[in-house]
Amino acid sequence: MIKNISNLGDTALYCDFGNEVNKSINSQVIKYFKTIKEKKVKGINNLTPSYNKLIISYDLKQTNFNEVKKNIENLNVETSLKLNTKRIEIPVCCHESLSLDVKRLVKILNLNRDKILENFLNKEYFCYMTGFIAGMPFLGDLNENMRAQRLETPRVKVPKGSVGLTEQFANIYTFESPGGWNILGNTPVKVFDSSLEDEPTLINPGDTVTFKEISLDQYKNYNE
Amino acid sequence: MSDNYFEIIRPGINTTFQDKGRDHLYHIGIPFSGAMDNRNYLIANKLVNNNLDSAIIEFAYQGPHLKYTGGKINFAITGDVIFIIKKGNTEIEGKCYESYQIENGNEINIISTSKSVYGYLALGGELDINLQWNSCSINTKANIGSNNGKKLDTGQRVNLKKINLNKDIKKTNYINTKIENIRVIKGTNFDYFSEEGKKIFYEKEFKVSKLSDRMGMRLEGPKIENIVNTNIKSEGLIKGVIQVPADGNPIIMLSDHGTVGGYPKIGVVASVDYDRLVQMAPGSKIKFKETNLSDAETLFKLYEMETQNLLSQI
Repeated sequence: MIKNISNLGDTALYCDFGNEVNKSINSQVIKYFKTIKEKKVKGINNLTPSYNKLIISYDLKQTNFNEVKKNIENLNVETSLKLNTKRIEIPVCCHESLSLDVKRLVKILNLNRDKILENFLNKEYFCYMTGFIAGMPFLGDLNENMRAQRLETPRVKVPKGSVGLTEQFANIYTFESPGGWNILGNTPVKVFDSSLEDEPTLINPGDTVTFKEISLDQYKNYNE
Repeated sequence: MSDNYFEIIRPGINTTFQDKGRDHLYHIGIPFSGAMDNRNYLIANKLVNNNLDSAIIEFAYQGPHLKYTGGKINFAITGDVIFIIKKGNTEIEGKCYESYQIENGNEINIISTSKSVYGYLALGGELDINLQWNSCSINTKANIGSNNGKKLDTGQRVNLKKINLNKDIKKTNYINTKIENIRVIKGTNFDYFSEEGKKIFYEKEFKVSKLSDRMGMRLEGPKIENIVNTNIKSEGLIKGVIQVPADGNPIIMLSDHGTVGGYPKIGVVASVDYDRLVQMAPGSKIKFKETNLSDAETLFKLYEMETQNLLSQI
């Protein structure tokens, strides 16, 4: 449930679901997001669900804070509703040429490479949100012993397809972009495809993702 | 192939097609984009009698140099822009907020914006460009929009699907007002900052850094001290949000911003001041002034009425 609604500037509602990051709070956020998206409430022009917040943006020419807030408070959201979500397997190649930060991870986590891969691969991760750059999924949670801080100095260019780790989360760089996550491997899969306007994102909030290891040969031949 | 087109002799620094932008896509990581200075975008379209949401050429600092091939066409430029129109051997210095008619072989050379950032070139008619999610707006960071999401380049053509020629020249006496005080509403992490930090935010002057683009405006000045946590769990952003990372220098989110972020938000720029904010060039001095939600809503209404009024007089 929404614990508090405040304003973010003069064009958005800031809906606070709590401070913890867990599946149950995030699922509530996603249910609100999906309900509001379907209802097409007057003036609302964007929704941003995240771990435990939902930002509702509106067009100030059409409506205002109090009106949107009232509409949201009166909205009937079926919070026991089961989310219709997908299970997705993502092939990932962790060859040393693509595993840019494996040495750093070995040092920080105090685990050898094989153990790191064993801890990461073939586990189920929940997609909390997508964003920052188009289609980038925020997946969790990593094992307790797999949690590393961001790089002290972010890379200017993280290669497209990179699979990165930070704290309890994993993500996939859908574009070459600046970034500070610890890169463990790279996926040949197109996680974001802007030519598919109706469904450009492969992974959406609420989905479950499993990483499966592939060899460098399989990686190179994947899109052929 | 189109019979009416502009060839790009020099593209300028950051020249893109823009319109009203695209909505309902924050949740997959795609921001609004669209013309940075909305008022100047609308005026430019009105001056050439286009639909107000028509695609337009936006440029920053140095604009494009274009050579025209085709039948007679109108154009208009808005912003604070220095440009030259070349007809045969005659060169005339153009004026903003006035429509012109040019013909086959003529050139438009947009030298630069003056003490501002963005300018707009509207062409009377319809550009032949593709849309993505209902908008042509180019987001060069995600390669989304027309022109494969890339800025315009030397040698390429800007084709027109249709020309709507007006015999009459249209003009307006609009003057871009400059402001030093940008009104802001308290952000959701305002209390993360020390009393001294809050005071600095509202009372001291900041300078717009060179590291500013369509995604964000970085500011330099006295550091704003965080006493709670320099990171928050990533959450949604909107344009105008002022984030303060660990180094204490504010960053203002602009139209192509990343859709989520993990830095504390000290404030959000009131919508009424957004068009003028984006026009503040690197080196400009900027000061924040506190306003509240209800005043910000009223101020925006007045600003919007003024915009409509300006448009109705053209």
